[in-house]
Amino acid sequence: MEILLALIIAVLTGVGVFLTLRARTFPVVLGLTFLAYAVNLFLFAMGRLNINQAAIIQENVANYSDPLPQALVLTAIVISFGMTAFVIVLSLKAYGELKSDHVDGKVLDKDGDK
Amino acid sequence: MTHTPIIPILIPLIAAFSILITKRYGFKVGQTISLLSIIALIFVSIFALIDITSTEEVLVYKLGNWEAPFGIVLVLDSLSILMVSITSLLAFGALWYAISEKIDKEGVHFHSLFQLQIFGLNGAFLTGDIFNLFVFFEILLLASYSLLLHGKAEGRTKAGLHYVIINLIGSTLFLFAVGTLYGILGTLNIADMAYKVSLLDSENISVVAAAGLLLLVVFGLKSAMFPLYLWLPSAYGKTSAPVAALFAIMTKVGLYAIIRVHGTIFGENAGELAYYYIPWVLNIGLITLTLATFGVLASKEIRNQVAYLVLTSVSILLIAIGINSQDALGGAIYYMIHSTFLAAGFFLVADVILKARTTGYLDKQMPIFKEAIIIGALFFIFAVAVAGLPPLSGFFGKIMILSASLEHTHTAIILSVVLISSLLIIIALSKSGSAIFYDTTLDVEPLDEYKLSKSTLASIFFLFLFAPLLVIFANPITEFTNTIAANLFDTSKYITTVINIEEVIK
Repeated sequence: MEILLALIIAVLTGVGVFLTLRARTFPVVLGLTFLAYAVNLFLFAMGRLNINQAAIIQENVANYSDPLPQALVLTAIVISFGMTAFVIVLSLKAYGELKSDHVDGKVLDKDGDK
Repeated sequence: MTHTPIIPILIPLIAAFSILITKRYGFKVGQTISLLSIIALIFVSIFALIDITSTEEVLVYKLGNWEAPFGIVLVLDSLSILMVSITSLLAFGALWYAISEKIDKEGVHFHSLFQLQIFGLNGAFLTGDIFNLFVFFEILLLASYSLLLHGKAEGRTKAGLHYVIINLIGSTLFLFAVGTLYGILGTLNIADMAYKVSLLDSENISVVAAAGLLLLVVFGLKSAMFPLYLWLPSAYGKTSAPVAALFAIMTKVGLYAIIRVHGTIFGENAGELAYYYIPWVLNIGLITLTLATFGVLASKEIRNQVAYLVLTSVSILLIAIGINSQDALGGAIYYMIHSTFLAAGFFLVADVILKARTTGYLDKQMPIFKEAIIIGALFFIFAVAVAGLPPLSGFFGKIMILSASLEHTHTAIILSVVLISSLLIIIALSKSGSAIFYDTTLDVEPLDEYKLSKSTLASIFFLFLFAPLLVIFANPITEFTNTIAANLFDTSKYITTVINIEEVIK
């Protein structure tokens, strides 16, 4: 399970970094979303991975999973959701004003060259 | 008072939503609420500041009355309340200018966003919990994104897009760092983290060190340190003047976070990790100062130049933190008060010049404008203060930092970089002053479309006032900043008060 999760986080981060380095706003927004997914999974894993364990204190239960990372992930999801919404609207505004979806407002031809 | 730490956070939050609710009763109501909120903040923070200086306590406010490492706490000590006071005084000047120049009417919700920005700033200064610091960072950033785009101007959207994207990446890195620290230390409370770091197993040291440096990258992004400063000149240079003035405190949030989080967690009790981040801060500060000075020299636009001046003040503060002595930190806090107000005021002066002269480009020859004498005088006094010439406060701040650097092993390089950069800044500012006020097209009617109103002038003077005040009251203020620095170096008081333990193991 650990290896699988680590691989997923690695792939998501890799995809996120690659996409945020693109020149057009839409891939950049997607890249930011992927980075947010990666960090959410990462935070989740920081409470240690375990299955079938209680998060809330109960009688006759000795082992618990850590509830705090789940609360952190929830907060992080809400924040990244709001930020993504904002950055989408902003890139639309930039597209309207700059007449180009290039992050620097450059006008590119079909192949992506200047 | 027991509830003092939460009041500076609640006032702007309530004000922001009241402004939204009362929107249909007219714009004036919103303006009034906004101003009243800032004035209330000034009173609360100044009273708390006076109170804290006399008692020298660390006030811990337990939200929901949960004990410290388990619940969320707000911590009010002399440094955090000083930052809150600076923020509210600065916000007053910026808001006054915005109302007087009618910039708040250029777009919707200026006042609510302004209040939410203050809410985020005060929260970031007062929190004692690193995840809450993240949340307040996001609040102040989200408000700053919208404020940055307020109104219409050429290039503002592009600068805003860059600013938003780089800060979103910064937030992701922040979460990675916080997650790693939580995974090893099992806590998010700054004081408790400091305690846990002092008890750390040797096998985990490198992981915590890496997470700490990742956190330094995030705070470095906020404070615009090399190589993460490229967003700053265009973002600050393109936005509206009162917003740029308020943003003068935003870079200081990053510096405050370095002092608070790194200084506490990786302070003298941290064993092997004690002050391991300091060489990074010092060297990056020196590089940033060099590049920022070149930026000041090379700027072709007056607001861009002021943005680079903000960057030079940030890097001097980084150097002062990097010297890592009590005297240097005391000087840094003094210089932080000075540079925040003066940089903010300089943005307002630059905006007035831009309006009177119709363009901010320095290489464009323009006719003289009617109010050139008074605006020129404003430019002159601000240039003197920002460049750090005597008799104003920038000089004393730099002297304190430089005299502290004499005991450092790299004295020669610190002294030469700071002094040469000061000289180059003086040259650059004299050059811009000459270009704006002397190099004018002759035989043309003077421009007289813009009238400098008394209220605008007063708002700029309000921000300038701190330069002479800091000099006149230099003795009590430096005593105060030195006490703050002493408390920051002896972190045990902060740690023991917040998490309520007997003593920190050394």
